[in-house]
Amino acid sequence: TLRISSSFKNVHAIMHAPIGDDYFNVMRSMLERDRNFTPVTISSVDRNVLARGSQEKVVDNITRKDAEETPDLIVLTPTCTSSILQEDLANFVQRAQIDTKCDVLLADVNHYRFTELQAADRTLQQIVQYYIAKAKKKGQLPEGKTEKPSVNIIGISSLGFHNQHDCIELKRLMADIGVEVNAVIPEGASVLELKNLPKAWFNLVPYREIGLMTAEFLKEEFGMPYVDITPMGVVETARCIRKIQEVVNAQGGDVNYEDFIENQTLYVSQAAWFSRSIDCQNLTGKKAVVFGDNTHAAAMTKILSREMGIHVVMAGTYCKADEKWFREQVSEYCDEVMISDDNGAIADAIARIEPSAIFGTQMERHVGKRLRIPCGVISAPIHVQDFPIGYKPFLGYEGTNQVADLVYNSFTLGMEDHLLEIFGGHDTKEVITRGMSADSDMNWTKEAQLELNKIPGFVRGKIKRNTEKFARDRNLSEITVEAMYAAKESVGA
Amino acid sequence: MTLADTQPQALNFECETGNYHTFCPISCVAWLYQKIEDSFFLVIGTKTCGYFLQNAMGVMIFAEPRYAMAELEEGDISAQLNDYEELKRLCTQIKRDRNPSVIVWIGTCTTEIIKMDLEGLAPKLEAELGIPIVTARANGLDYAFTQGEDTVLAAMVQRCPDKPVGEVEKEERNSISKLLNFGRKKEEVAVTESEYAKHTPLVLFGSLPDPVVTQLTLELKKQGIKVSGWLPSKRYTELPVIEEGYFVSGINPFLSRTATTLMRRRKTKLIGAPFPIGPDGTRAWIEKLCSALGVEPTGLAEREAQIWESVEDYVKLLRGKSVFFMGDNLLEISLARFLIRCGMTCPEIGIPYMDKRYQAAELELLSKTCREMGVPTPTIVEKPDNYNQIQRIYAQDIDLVITGMAHANPLEARGINTKWSVEFTFAQIHGFTNARDVLELVTRPLRRNNSLK
Repeated sequence: TLRISSSFKNVHAIMHAPIGDDYFNVMRSMLERDRNFTPVTISSVDRNVLARGSQEKVVDNITRKDAEETPDLIVLTPTCTSSILQEDLANFVQRAQIDTKCDVLLADVNHYRFTELQAADRTLQQIVQYYIAKAKKKGQLPEGKTEKPSVNIIGISSLGFHNQHDCIELKRLMADIGVEVNAVIPEGASVLELKNLPKAWFNLVPYREIGLMTAEFLKEEFGMPYVDITPMGVVETARCIRKIQEVVNAQGGDVNYEDFIENQTLYVSQAAWFSRSIDCQNLTGKKAVVFGDNTHAAAMTKILSREMGIHVVMAGTYCKADEKWFREQVSEYCDEVMISDDNGAIADAIARIEPSAIFGTQMERHVGKRLRIPCGVISAPIHVQDFPIGYKPFLGYEGTNQVADLVYNSFTLGMEDHLLEIFGGHDTKEVITRGMSADSDMNWTKEAQLELNKIPGFVRGKIKRNTEKFARDRNLSEITVEAMYAAKESVGA
Repeated sequence: MTLADTQPQALNFECETGNYHTFCPISCVAWLYQKIEDSFFLVIGTKTCGYFLQNAMGVMIFAEPRYAMAELEEGDISAQLNDYEELKRLCTQIKRDRNPSVIVWIGTCTTEIIKMDLEGLAPKLEAELGIPIVTARANGLDYAFTQGEDTVLAAMVQRCPDKPVGEVEKEERNSISKLLNFGRKKEEVAVTESEYAKHTPLVLFGSLPDPVVTQLTLELKKQGIKVSGWLPSKRYTELPVIEEGYFVSGINPFLSRTATTLMRRRKTKLIGAPFPIGPDGTRAWIEKLCSALGVEPTGLAEREAQIWESVEDYVKLLRGKSVFFMGDNLLEISLARFLIRCGMTCPEIGIPYMDKRYQAAELELLSKTCREMGVPTPTIVEKPDNYNQIQRIYAQDIDLVITGMAHANPLEARGINTKWSVEFTFAQIHGFTNARDVLELVTRPLRRNNSLK
C-alpha cells in the first residue's frame, strides 16, 4: 500500500502503527536514494492507545497532515498491529474527511491475508475506483477516446525492481509504434488526473503482480481492453507488440508492426544475434535455477530456455497466490517448478541441483555466495545495488540487451573462477607476506595475539604492522594488549 | 538560542508529540546474538517485524544468524492455535538444530496486544525442554531502538548467579572451552591479583564489542580497579556473579531498566557516572568509579590531554560549527556533550526517552561542559516531532544534523550535512581509544563535502 501511495504525486500515507514501523521511509530514502521526504507518517500506537483507543489521535494526525502538506489524498493505512486492535478506522476516515480539504481513504487490506504485492495491487485499484466514481458523480468524466491510439501504463511503482528504467523503455517503445501514452500510474501520477484514464484505447500491464486488478476494473467499467504480456525478452516483446496491434486494430486503428518487430529484433536488440554467436554456444545446456516474483521468474525462464538454449532445471516463485498462472507459463521450459516462500527450502533445492548460475533475488545471491555459484539478481527482494544509477531496463528491446549481459556475465564469472581454481589461482599472496614478515621479529604475548585475532581479517595485517612499528619506536620488547591499544591511539596523531 | 541565553545554567526539557522516526527495538537482536555467542533469539511477531529485521540487518540475515521469527498467523491471533504448543514446537526445533545455551524470546507489539503470556509460558517450557528461556518485551509500543537491549539485559539480570560457582562445577558446565581458558585464567590470577586495589566487586553492564570490553577493562586496571564481570558476557553460561552489595555501573545511556533491576532486585549499588564516550566522558566515568570504590585516580588528566592532542586535526574541523540531534537511539546526550567539548554548539538534542535519574551525572556534565565552553545549553526534546524538527533545522541553519536514515538523503538533497545516527550504535565509540573513531564519524560528512567543493 505504501509503495502505491508514495508513488503518486502529492498523496500522503498515515500508518496506524507503533513507533518503528515506518522503516518504509528508510527503504525509500536509502534504496531509491530519494531526495524528498517520504510522504509517510505514523499515527503512533502506544500504551495510551491500547488503553483508551486512538480516539482523536488519528483524526488529528490526518487533519494536521492536511494543513501541513496540503496533499490531494491521504491514505490511512492499517498495519498488523492495528488489524488486531479492530478500531473503527473507517469511522476516523469519515470524521477526518469533514475537516480536511483533501480526500481521505482507508486502505482495505488485511495484514494476515495479503502479501505486499497483493495489497499494492488492491490499493491501486481502490484509489482508481474512488476517483472514477468521484468524477462520475460530479459529471466530470471525460467523454470519448483520444484521437490517436493511446495507452495507460499501469503498475509502475516506487521500490519496484528497475521500474523507473522499464517505464522509460516502455514509453520509448510506445512512441516507436505510434501509440500515445495517456497516463502512467501510479508512479509520478496525480490522483486528480485519474479521471482521464478512460480516454486511452487500452491498458498495458507490464507486471503480473501490480495493476491487473485495476485493468480488470477498467475493463468492466468501460470495456477497455488490456494487454498483460510482459515485454521481457525478444519473443515476449514481439508477442506483446502483436497483441497491441490486435487490440488497436479492433478499435478501428490500422497498424502493422511486423516490420518494426523485425527491424528491432535484428538491429536494436543484440540479443537475437547474441544467441547465434559462439559466446552463447558455450552456454548451451548449462544448468540454471530461476527464482523470483511471477513476472521476472517466468520471463527469465523463457529467455534462458527459449532464447539462449540454457537448461533451466528449476523455476520458482514466491507468489503463492498466483501459482496456477506461473505453472502454466513455465512448465514447458523447465524440469521442475517450485512454489515456496521458504528461502531455506529454496537454498536446499539449489544446493541439490548445483546449477552453474542462479537467477534470483538477493536471497538467492547470498545462497550463491555460500555455495560459490554466481547469481544474477532478477527480482525483488533487492538491495541498493539493484537500484542502479545507469540506464538498465529489463523490458523492451534495450531490456533484452541488459538481460543478455546479465546472463553472460554470470556464467563467465563462474567459468573464470573455475579456471583459477584449476590452476591454483593467480595471486602471489605467499610472497608478499613473506616479504613483510621478514622484519617482524616482535614478540606478541598470548593475550595480545588473541586480541589481534578478534580484529576483522581485512584490517588485521595493517594493525599488526602499525603495532609492531609502534613497539619498535619505543623499544618495547614484547607486545601486550596495552601496547596494542596505545598504538591505536597514537596512529592518528 | 535566545531562549537559552536568558537562563544559561539550567537545561531546558521539552516534550513533543512523539511523531519521530526510529528503529523498532527488536533490532537489538542484531548485535546481541553476535555478542552472546551461545544464544538464540526468537522474535515472536508478524510479517512486519520480519520485513523490518530483513531490511535492517541487510547482509547479516544471510549468514545463518542465530535468530528467527516466529511468525504469527491468523489462527494465533484468534486463539485457534495453542500458543504453548506452537512455541514448544519451534523451540524444540531450535534446540535440535542449534543447541543454544539460552533461547531469548522477544515479545513484539502483537504479542502485547493479544496479551500472549510469554513470561508465564517460558518457565513451563523451560522446565520441559531443559533449556533456559529468557523473555524480553522489546516492542514498539513502549520502547525505541536501543532500549531493546535494555529490556533483554534487564531480563538477563535475573539469571546471573548469586554466588560464585565452584571451579569443578564450572568445568563440567562447559568443559572444552573452559578447559582451554582454565590454565590461562589461573596464571593471570596468580600474577595480577596484587595489582588491584582492594575494593567491593564491580560489575559493568551494557553490550560492547569484545575489543572495547578489553580496552575499558585495561583502562580500569591502570587505576587498580578490577572488573569482576560484564553483563552480558560472551556466553550466556558465563553471566557474571552478582551478590548483594556489589557495585554496578552502566556504560550506555539507554540501560535504565537494567540499572533499576540491578538495584531493586539484586540489591546492588549503582554508580551513577557520565558514560565513557569521548575522552572527557571516559575520564569522568573513571573518576566517578574511583571515588565510589575508594581508589585514588592517577594520570587521568595527562591521559585525557594526550587524547585531545591526538584528535586535534578532527576537532579543528568541528570548532564553531553547530550540530542538531534529531534523536533516535538515546546516545544523544553523551554525544552532544562530547561534541560541545570539541567546540561545537548544539541548539537541540532530540531523544526518544529521557531518564533524568539514570542519566543525572551525564546531564550534569553536559551543563558543566556548556558553562566551561561558554555556549548556550541545548534544549532537550523528548519524544520529538520530526516534522517540527525539520522546520527548526531550516530556520536555524545547522551545520550538521545527526539523524536516522529516513531523513538523511532528503536533508542532504536540501544542502544540509547529515550523519546517520545508527552508525554510532554499531561503531566502537567508548573509552579513550575510540574517541578518534567517534570524530571520524562525525567529521566524515564535513570532510566529504570539503573534498567535493
